[in-house]
Amino acid sequence: MISSGGDSGLGGKLNKISRRMFILSTAKVIVFGGIVARLFSLQINENKKYLTLSDKNRLREWRLPPVRGDFLDYFGKVIAGNTEVYQLHIVPEEVNDFKALMVRLKDILNLSEKEYVKIIRKKQKQKPWETLIISENLSWEQFSKLNLYLHELDGAKPVLSISRSYPYKENLTHVLGYVSRASVSDLNENEIIKNNHVPGLRVGKIGLEKTFEKDLIGTNGVQRYEVNAYGKRINQLDHVDGVKGKNIRLTVDVEVQKLANDLLRDRSGSIVVMDIFTGEIVAMHSSPSFDPNLFFHGISNEKWKEIRENPLKPLLNKTISGLYSPGSTLKPLVALSALENDVISPDLMIECRGKMELYGQTYHCWKKEGHGYMKLRNAIKQSCDSYFYEAARRLGVDRLSLTAKKYGLGEKTMEGIFLDEKKGLVPSTKWKKNNLGRGWVLGETLITGIGQGYIQTTPLQLCLMTAQLANGGFKIYPKINLNESKDSLEIIKNKILERIDERKESQLGIIETGKKFLNYRVDEYKPLFRNQENVKFVLEAMFGSTNEIYGTSYSSRFDDKKYQFAGKTGTAQVKKITEEQRELDLKTSEIPYEDRDHALYVAYGPYANPRYAVSIIVEHGGSGSVTAAPMAKKIFKLVIDRHDLREKNRLGKFINT
Amino acid sequence: MLRQRIYSDQLTFFQKVRSFDITLIISILALGIIGVIAMYSSDGGQFSYYTVGHMIRFGVFFLLMLILSFVKINFWHALGYFFYVVVVLLLIYASFYGITVSGSQRWINLYIINLQPSELMKIAVIICFAKYYHRMQLSNVNKFKNLLSPIIILVIPILLVLSQPDLGTSILIALSGLVVIWLSGVNIKYFIYSGLVFIVSAPFVISFLKPYQKLRILTFFDPERDPLGSGYQIIQSKIAVGSGGMWGKGFLKGTQSYLEFLPEKHTDFIFTLFSEEFGFIGSIALLIIYSIMIYRIIAIGSIARSFFAKLYCYGFGSAIFIYIVVNMCMVLGLVPIVGSPLPIMSYGGSSMLATMIGLSIVMSSKIYSRQLIS
Repeated sequence: MISSGGDSGLGGKLNKISRRMFILSTAKVIVFGGIVARLFSLQINENKKYLTLSDKNRLREWRLPPVRGDFLDYFGKVIAGNTEVYQLHIVPEEVNDFKALMVRLKDILNLSEKEYVKIIRKKQKQKPWETLIISENLSWEQFSKLNLYLHELDGAKPVLSISRSYPYKENLTHVLGYVSRASVSDLNENEIIKNNHVPGLRVGKIGLEKTFEKDLIGTNGVQRYEVNAYGKRINQLDHVDGVKGKNIRLTVDVEVQKLANDLLRDRSGSIVVMDIFTGEIVAMHSSPSFDPNLFFHGISNEKWKEIRENPLKPLLNKTISGLYSPGSTLKPLVALSALENDVISPDLMIECRGKMELYGQTYHCWKKEGHGYMKLRNAIKQSCDSYFYEAARRLGVDRLSLTAKKYGLGEKTMEGIFLDEKKGLVPSTKWKKNNLGRGWVLGETLITGIGQGYIQTTPLQLCLMTAQLANGGFKIYPKINLNESKDSLEIIKNKILERIDERKESQLGIIETGKKFLNYRVDEYKPLFRNQENVKFVLEAMFGSTNEIYGTSYSSRFDDKKYQFAGKTGTAQVKKITEEQRELDLKTSEIPYEDRDHALYVAYGPYANPRYAVSIIVEHGGSGSVTAAPMAKKIFKLVIDRHDLREKNRLGKFINT
Repeated sequence: MLRQRIYSDQLTFFQKVRSFDITLIISILALGIIGVIAMYSSDGGQFSYYTVGHMIRFGVFFLLMLILSFVKINFWHALGYFFYVVVVLLLIYASFYGITVSGSQRWINLYIINLQPSELMKIAVIICFAKYYHRMQLSNVNKFKNLLSPIIILVIPILLVLSQPDLGTSILIALSGLVVIWLSGVNIKYFIYSGLVFIVSAPFVISFLKPYQKLRILTFFDPERDPLGSGYQIIQSKIAVGSGGMWGKGFLKGTQSYLEFLPEKHTDFIFTLFSEEFGFIGSIALLIIYSIMIYRIIAIGSIARSFFAKLYCYGFGSAIFIYIVVNMCMVLGLVPIVGSPLPIMSYGGSSMLATMIGLSIVMSSKIYSRQLIS
């Protein structure tokens, strides 16, 4: 070995380093082997697992808002649908000079300073590649102006989007309700909303929009995108269309609804029209109303305040949630109850002197000078209070309460359809004991007999009561979803006949009782009377009230038999009348608004062949005969004119839906 | 004696060129090209910033390596200590006037490139030790005095680099230094003793670590502990490699890197990107090329006559091996994440410069393999 160092140590040194290098090289081979093994385990053995994880990383689904089903009226008109709206979107990331663009847009769209700041704030909250909605609902002028300047608005994207629309605006607000952005509680309460939720989804907040949410909502469309680590969409891979929600056809008639709205314009109250055989609600309007379209894009604070603080309470659906003393509209029912319980006969003659005394209390008739001697028919016709004090005294409140409940008062009539429906109140001795802790007083029976005191009813209940009298005394269920109303008039009349036979035969057997328990609405068309003559008598007396001289609604009568209807007025006191006030005998217009009586009217028609029942309440409208009854006349005219058309549509209803 | 003179001083240019180690050069070129390809993919299939930068650096430093190959091995021996001192001074300079990037002050601004002296230190330490042991007799290696100096030589740069803070590089400097010391014949028992001392003192050392460094160690033991935080890198890297499979997702089709799920994909995680796109087969091929390169370096060491060249080549070859292993183990989730680039493939000028200088000394060892150093 040639060595310049020449020292003997070098050989040992070289041996050592060679030996150690050999050990090291062996170790290196082993370590590389380890790395290869690791690569093998990751890439070959666990490849599937990591591929899945990698796909989970890169694939993301975007759910598109489901398309909501429409509401149609009885005649197939869309009363709640989807319309295309023009919106303006910006993706901030794609805009070169966002500020300049916004200043330009502010000018073109006439945005207020407040809206402008709101948009800027919204932009700062979201990611730069997320779409910024500048305007959710551009007017046509804005949209066309925007398109005119579009070449200089780099990055602004006018788009067509879908929005809920209520073409009849305030006419059907309380029936349909409205939709608005889904809140956290909406998501928590309703599984189906949770499953279909996308940001910005509008769901029913109230009314039928809320009740039928699960039918209306539809299903999401899905877009699958590849995204990067920051969630930005890179490209679209897949697209699945959603399914539109079900259309729901209602029993209401928009034309009648519109008339009701017109009649109650600037007044507070409610009008209900019902088919007395099918139970279909032809119209139910609560006034004042408001435009539900306002809620879709988020109502402005001022507008919301205006609605909320209106003393006429537009937010309250008075048809089902407004509680009123029925006043004299209860009298036909009181008469029926007294007749059915054999406490009076139609021939019972009572003298009305304008007032009567009982245990030191004075009970007044509305007619100060009194009606004189009269029988039951006349007492209903002229709405004599004295007669009904006596009838109620003989009947007692408990028997009256049973009849009232049978005819639909004091109970929810459309459970599960209108979620905010009120029960109302039909008092009884037991009720008072349980709820007020005091015993019943006879005087309370007397005023209950004329529909005052504790008794409280909703306009819908009064209409149902009238309908169940007018159809001859048979149980019906109010319906608003046309799907539930499948029977034609003949079938219903047959059913009614069957029911009467059934009753004659005997009591229901055990099997029948079981059927009753399981079957939905098994008591539909069940007779509600003991003797149908009594019902007929009351109905005839109501005819007198409207169509004979001295009848309380005589001035609203029709002479044409086609339109002739029969009804009962009511004037419900809001406040106890003092003796001084009674002496003054002020005209309605002279009393402060809040103290004025509620005007009520219930009626059915056409008299010869009854088909529809109407109930009207005008809050603080004064007397029923002056304010409410003339409205009924207009309603009957329209409803009866449209009757043939309605029947024709009934035949075609399964084709239409 | 005649032959010796011919080999030492009077080699013609062509003789020198002919004694170039072609296999080594080809493997370096191959790694450089693979690096550029990976960089091109990391730029999303465009010749942009990283690709162009990497190409220029590789090209320039590769040429520099070829030129430096002609420098006599004696030159490196003569400047061994000087080189070390200069780099230590640069490290001190960096700790005062260096550029701070993401909390670590490790770069010196040289206008053309930002120089990272700690990368140069990886090489300097090896040259320094090679010179230190060159003349030492085996019997003297284990004397106390001769044990102390290497420790001081090693500890100074480690502390300087740790203070930047740069845990990864200081570990690499320590490991490559220790390998050279061991190769030189230091008794194995000293390594065992100091290993025990290290284990005992580890808890104290850990208490001095920066919070982010502690977090990295914790994260290594349980990456799922904080999947969106410090465990993110390990998890995403494993997903990328694992989803590559046998043949890979294909060039420019690595979704993990293309969609930005991979962190640091240009530098420390370049192997992850490569492995995702070229799969198990590609990764093995890459490992083979690295193995050939290391094999050639060690082979050159074994034919080198001078102990300096031999120790240097063995040390440098082992150091390169350590860099590769630490980097791969890191991206494969086998060791905690410490910043350590993959030689030649990772983006980074200083690392490339240091590697190329290191390789040029190896080349020089080959050309002047018969040269003896007195």
